[in-house]
Amino acid sequence: MNLLEVTSLSKHYTSGNKDLTVLADVSFSLPKGKSLSIVGPSGSGKTTLLGLCAGLDHASSGSVTLNNIPLDGLTEDELAELRNQYVGFVFQNFQLIPTLTALENVMVPLELRGQKGAQDKSRSLLERVGLGGRMDHYPTQLSGGEQQRVAIARAFSNDPLILFADEPTGNLDEETGQKIESLLFEINQEQNTTLVIVTHDIELANRTDQIIKLKGGKVSN
Amino acid sequence: MSTKITLERQSYARSWPLKMAWRDSRKSRNRLILFIASISLGIAALVGIVSFRENLLDEIDEQAKELLGADFSVSDRQPIPDSIHYSFKWLSNDESSEVYFASMAYFPSTDGTRLVQVRALQGNYPYYGKIETFPDSASAHFQSGPYALVDEKVMLQYNLENGDSVRVGNLAFQILGKLKKIPGQSGIGNTVSPVVYIPGDYLEETGLVQKGSRINYTLYYQFHPDIDTTNVWQEAYNKAEKAGFDVDTVQERKEDTGSAFRDLSNFLELIAYTALLLGCLGVASAIYVYMKSKIQTVAVLRCLGMKAFQAVSIFIYQVAGFGLIGSVLGCMMGVGIHMLLPDIVQSFLPIDLNPTIYWPAIISGLLIGVTVSVLFGMLSMVTLRRVSPLTAIRAGYEKVKDKIDPAVAATVSLIILFIIGSLFWLLRDLFDALIYAGILLVSIVVLYGMGQGLVTLAKVIVPKNLAYVWRQGFSNLHRPNNQTAVLVTTIGLSTAFLAMLYFMQDLLVNRVSLTEEGQRPNTVLFDIQSQQKEELKQLTLDYDLPVLQDVPIVTMRLLEVNGYSKKQAEADTSLNIPGWVYNREYRITYRDELIDSETLLEGEWTGEIKNPNDTIWISISKGYAENMGLKIGDALLFNVQGAAIKTYVGSFREIDWRRVQTNFLVLFPKGVLEKAPQFHVLITRVNKTDVSARYQQAVVRQFPNVSIIDLELILKTLQDLLAKVAFVIRFMAFFSIGTGIMVLISSIVLSRFQRMRENVLLRTLGATASKLWKIIFAEYLILGAMGAIAGLFVAAIFTSLLGYFVFEFTFVPNPLQGLTIFIVVTFLTLGIGLINSRSIVRNSPLVILRSEP
Repeated sequence: MNLLEVTSLSKHYTSGNKDLTVLADVSFSLPKGKSLSIVGPSGSGKTTLLGLCAGLDHASSGSVTLNNIPLDGLTEDELAELRNQYVGFVFQNFQLIPTLTALENVMVPLELRGQKGAQDKSRSLLERVGLGGRMDHYPTQLSGGEQQRVAIARAFSNDPLILFADEPTGNLDEETGQKIESLLFEINQEQNTTLVIVTHDIELANRTDQIIKLKGGKVSN
Repeated sequence: MSTKITLERQSYARSWPLKMAWRDSRKSRNRLILFIASISLGIAALVGIVSFRENLLDEIDEQAKELLGADFSVSDRQPIPDSIHYSFKWLSNDESSEVYFASMAYFPSTDGTRLVQVRALQGNYPYYGKIETFPDSASAHFQSGPYALVDEKVMLQYNLENGDSVRVGNLAFQILGKLKKIPGQSGIGNTVSPVVYIPGDYLEETGLVQKGSRINYTLYYQFHPDIDTTNVWQEAYNKAEKAGFDVDTVQERKEDTGSAFRDLSNFLELIAYTALLLGCLGVASAIYVYMKSKIQTVAVLRCLGMKAFQAVSIFIYQVAGFGLIGSVLGCMMGVGIHMLLPDIVQSFLPIDLNPTIYWPAIISGLLIGVTVSVLFGMLSMVTLRRVSPLTAIRAGYEKVKDKIDPAVAATVSLIILFIIGSLFWLLRDLFDALIYAGILLVSIVVLYGMGQGLVTLAKVIVPKNLAYVWRQGFSNLHRPNNQTAVLVTTIGLSTAFLAMLYFMQDLLVNRVSLTEEGQRPNTVLFDIQSQQKEELKQLTLDYDLPVLQDVPIVTMRLLEVNGYSKKQAEADTSLNIPGWVYNREYRITYRDELIDSETLLEGEWTGEIKNPNDTIWISISKGYAENMGLKIGDALLFNVQGAAIKTYVGSFREIDWRRVQTNFLVLFPKGVLEKAPQFHVLITRVNKTDVSARYQQAVVRQFPNVSIIDLELILKTLQDLLAKVAFVIRFMAFFSIGTGIMVLISSIVLSRFQRMRENVLLRTLGATASKLWKIIFAEYLILGAMGAIAGLFVAAIFTSLLGYFVFEFTFVPNPLQGLTIFIVVTFLTLGIGLINSRSIVRNSPLVILRSEP
């Protein structure tokens, strides 16, 4: 069963009088539990594709179906609800809420859905990523690698069906990056989550089941 | 083809936004200090003033009887006739009589003279409250012999002690006590017209009650507790009022006093409200800055599944919470103001104020504080609905915005409704509320328009060869997304308010001090009997003083207007002749020419009647004629102390009442009134204080019935009074100024986002710290100057309109004052801008780029 189905997906922007196509006729599908990486040079439309698949933006044409739910008819709030239920995110620049502690950051998705036991679950996730001793620290008190671990814990806290990672190691040094990669894949396997990664890193891409290469907004492989 | 599946609904935790608001606030509190300060100052001013007003009205209610000192009084310029006296007498338990008039008092021990208000009292008045004296017993005993009670300030001024004597007319009285307070009179009232009480039994012997003297007769009554007065009282009241007597009741005195002070409190309330509105601007800009810093957080939370309304809710809770903190602080300060205000304004009040905490004002303050915080904050909070989750993965992503966000439009409408509603609550008059709200709205539109205009101008007029730092400074003003127009509006509004306060004060002071200029008369002698006239003239000349004017005055009453008597005019309302034209006493002069304070507006002035059978054409003041509904040719029949004289309206004059001259509503030509009983006024100018003192002493000794108005003293008293009023206004204005500065700071912080990145880039590209300082200096100098100019412009317009419509005075801007305000506002803006930019210059570009939200 495919968890994610993308059919003839396009995205255009209007800049002044010019019509700018950033993504053209992209189609692919991803079965549940599998991993996919989107690679390509800067400006090739990788992040746009990720945003559309995750329901962060609406396509100009084509469709995205996530867990059998077509995203194109959903409102912004319905998309938010869908993300909260099925989706996890890991961002390049971590995107932790600066005013919340590590623990509180992890608790957010659970609290948003009103789930009981949010704190206990978040604690165990933080223990799992090796930050048991830093739960009450604010993001500014953590290193880049530690912040990304918190972000991974947060991404998995709502038991997502699919996890979108946008250049997860892009802001980290090589050694830390590799540790984070490993952690991501480990937990992904533990939770049998479907994984979509945007990356420049071919090595990282090679660890996934499928690779989509983008160039000028089109699939080039 | 995918099958469409309905999304499984979840029950989102309702309390989560509240929890998130609390958590998020922990690291944001210092960012909202400006917001709290803006709200607290505005609320402080409002709570202080409203508490003061309610306290004042409560005290007026409670001390109503003490304002009059009796249950009711009947007054007239003539002794109260027995018919009126007896219609009230049988209702009363006790009665007292008082005759009061202005006269010179002479203090032999120090050889001083002073125009005072002599009150000859007979009876046990006051029945409520008391005449406060030192010693206490003096008020109870002064009627037992030739004793007097003298105003304590006059005693201090003339170095008098109890036991000294005061001469009033022909009689000397021993001073039995210092007069500290009398029912219904304020401290200021006593300064303008100090009182000397003498026993009524000795009035005749003073020789001051003569024909033509301006004397007021009052009877004070205390109701008999056992008589049901309902109908009888009303009948007697109607009878006396109809006959032209002034009947004053506790209720009327209460209402008059309340309405007099309502004007004062309305004015202070408007100042306080303006402080609050400025605070609202502070809120709007502080929250804008705050929301700007939260966009990324909201975008991430949207990615994690937060709904749009939850994003807004989090910050509504925060803003309401901080608004509540600001309001609580404001209420505490407001209570402080309320406790202080009575001390500051006590000298204006005829009652004692004992400030007590007024909870409704505090509760209103809290509600208003929270409401304005949320309402004005909502302007930027609603935009969070539109933050796209895409912003989290794509920095700088902005959705294409619709032209008008309906939520913003709804918020603006709510704000306008709130302003009108709260003004109505404050002023209790919808029209006034609409006018004030309109003025505010017009000011904001004008200022914003000027801001936009100046931005365009900065773009067009800046020469290409201008020094780099100045070009950069100017171009910073029209960069995309800049806040220049908003800054000019907020700086301009604060400036406009400050400038208006100063301009108005200047206008009022000028109005008083105009009379001081040049060789204008400064001493007026009145109540001169005909037989004293020549002797007094001679005495004046003996002191080398000029007789600038010698004016005869004849008193008369009006019997008919166009053949209609008072009775007929009352019966036929279509005539539109107001009753008061028949009731008042007219003090009229006669001469053959108009004087320099008079301008003929309509008709023809006939200066002299040569033949007794000729028609008598008189001249009326234009304003008075309009009030009476008269036109040229109307017939007026006067009763000149027994003799009926028929006259016709020949002309209307405009009179400049500000001139120190004897001006008259009705002017007769020569050849009519020469033989009528009359008294005279003599006007002179005395330049030296010692000559003035000796001259006044000589006049009082030789002509005890003649009173002297020393205009220098009156001017000084007026200036003292104005200084006190100005102090009260400044005290309240302090809160507006304080809030204005808060707004200024938050406005500049608001623009930090736009300015910071550019400066950091310049720094990164190699601009030295000193060059950066110069650019920042240029930019804030231009910005401050623009705001100050816009504000001064608006202030000049509104002061001119106020001067023209309210004070009937032309506003001529004082360049020095305008320049001072311009410099202060410009440099204040510059100073705040520079202080605010320290981090940009001092820290490394990387630190700032990293720390930027």
